[in-house]
Order: sequence, then C-alpha cells, then structure tokens
Amino acid sequence: MSTKQMRWWLMFLVGFAGMNALVFGQPGQSEFVPVNELPASEQLPAAPLLIAAYLFVWAAMLFYVWSLWRRLGKVERDISEVSQLLSKRRA
Amino acid sequence: MRKLFNPFLALAAVIFVTAPVVIARAPFESTMGLVQKIFYYHMPAAMMMLLSAIFCGLVSAAFLATKRQVFDNFAVAAAELTVLYGAIAMVTGPLWARKAWGVWWVWDARLTMSLLMWMIFVSYLLLRRYGGPGSEKLSAGLAVFGMANAPFVYISVNVWRTLHPKTSVVPKLPVDFAIPLWWAFAGFLLLYIVLLTARARLEAQRALVDHLYLEFDE
Repeated sequence: MSTKQMRWWLMFLVGFAGMNALVFGQPGQSEFVPVNELPASEQLPAAPLLIAAYLFVWAAMLFYVWSLWRRLGKVERDISEVSQLLSKRRA
Repeated sequence: MRKLFNPFLALAAVIFVTAPVVIARAPFESTMGLVQKIFYYHMPAAMMMLLSAIFCGLVSAAFLATKRQVFDNFAVAAAELTVLYGAIAMVTGPLWARKAWGVWWVWDARLTMSLLMWMIFVSYLLLRRYGGPGSEKLSAGLAVFGMANAPFVYISVNVWRTLHPKTSVVPKLPVDFAIPLWWAFAGFLLLYIVLLTARARLEAQRALVDHLYLEFDE
C-alpha cells in the first residue's frame, strides 16, 4: 500500500468515526435537576419496595408454617382414626 | 432429633423475629440507600434455595441408589423448601432491582438460570402431586437434574456479563453490613432445618397412614 493510499484510508477512518460521533454520540448533560423536581412518574421511593419485600418474606414464611401445621394435624387425626378402627376390629 | 426440635424452633424464631431490628441498625449503602436493605433477606433466601436444591438432589440420588423411604421423605421436604425460599428470592430480587437498576427483571444469565431452577423444583412438586404411582423415582431424577443447575447459578455472575452483583461482594462486606447479613442467614438456616424436619416427618406419617389402611383392608 502506497503512502497516498494510506493517507486516504486514514482520512476515511477519521471521517467515519467523526460522523458516527456526531450522529450516534450522546449529548452532554446541559443542566442538573434536583430529584424532587422530577415528575411524579419518574420519582421512585425506596420505602414501599422495602416494605413490600419484607411483608412478602414474612407472609410466605407464616403461610408455609400454617400450611405445614394444618397438614401435620390432619395426618395425625388420620392415624388415630385408622388406629381406632384397627383396634376395634382386633377386639 | 425430636429433643432438639423445640430448642431449634425457639432459636430460629428469636433470630428471625429480631432480624429486622439488626437490619435496621445497619448503615445505608452509598449508592443504593434504603432499598439495599432488601439484600439482607434476598441473599440468604437465594443461598438457601441453592443449598436446598443441592440437598434435595443428594438425598434423591441416595433414594434412587438405596430405595430407602427416609431419603425420599427428605427429598420431598427439601423440594418444597427450595420452592419456598426460591419464591422469596424471586420476589424480593425484582423489588430491589426496580429501584437499583430501573427495571423489574432482565433476562441475564443469573436471573434466567435461577428462574429455571425454581421451575424445575415446582415441576418436581407437580410431578409428586399428580404423577401417580412411580412418580417418586421420576421426580428424584428431576431433583438430580435441578441440583446440577445449582453451581451454574452460583458462578453465572462471574462468568457472564450481568447487572447482578458478583459473588465477591459478600466476602468483601464491611462488618456493619456483614453482621445483619449473617444474622438473617442464621435465621433462614435454622428455620430451614426446623421446617425440613417437620415436613419430612409429615411424609413419614403419611406413609404410616397408608400402611395402616392397607393393614385394615387385609
């Protein structure tokens, strides 16, 4: 590749990169906006998310413990029922 | 084990009930602020999901090898708890992500693999519930498959590009953050042991009911 060709390639690459930067580059920030001046739809308080997360954890755990306790109670009733039937038959 | 059940239950309840107080005393994280406190329940729940999946896979493999009922009892219990802890991780994660990342969910490797793993254990329970006779062997195979997924879920954040924090965050935690995390983890772990034991006992008692009915029919 001759020096002239190299120069043309270099100019092409620099031009292409510059054009990309102009077309696709993000504009710089022109001003700072305080968070409380954002529209309501863009403000996201953390507290409701945190409370929802903790409530879900507690609700899920309590529901599972209740469900397990209920199932254990049922199976123990079944055992005593069938044991009574068996002892009646044996008698 | 029965003698240890009540002290374990009491200890688990005390740690679990006091965890929010310990967490409230932890400092705010510099960039995420208040919402980062979800981490103290999210990470232990996710970790317990992985440990429970591994335990379920191991006892399922033991059941397939030995056919001993006790392994199957613990496998069912562990699968149910994998789904419970997984549900907690799957719900608390997006609540944290909404504030920290600006989105509820991204289909990256960690989140997608965790969801996939959770769905494997949901399908385990569905198979046990509706699979009919022989489903215990099929579901044991499924649990081994689910267990194989666990290491990939763990390392996914270090291998693939993701928004999710890497595993190196936990060992590097300052003491003020580490105390509430491990306190909550201890609560989740103790509660897991208590619930696992109780759920395995339920399965053993169900087998006893079936045995007694068979004896009655003969």
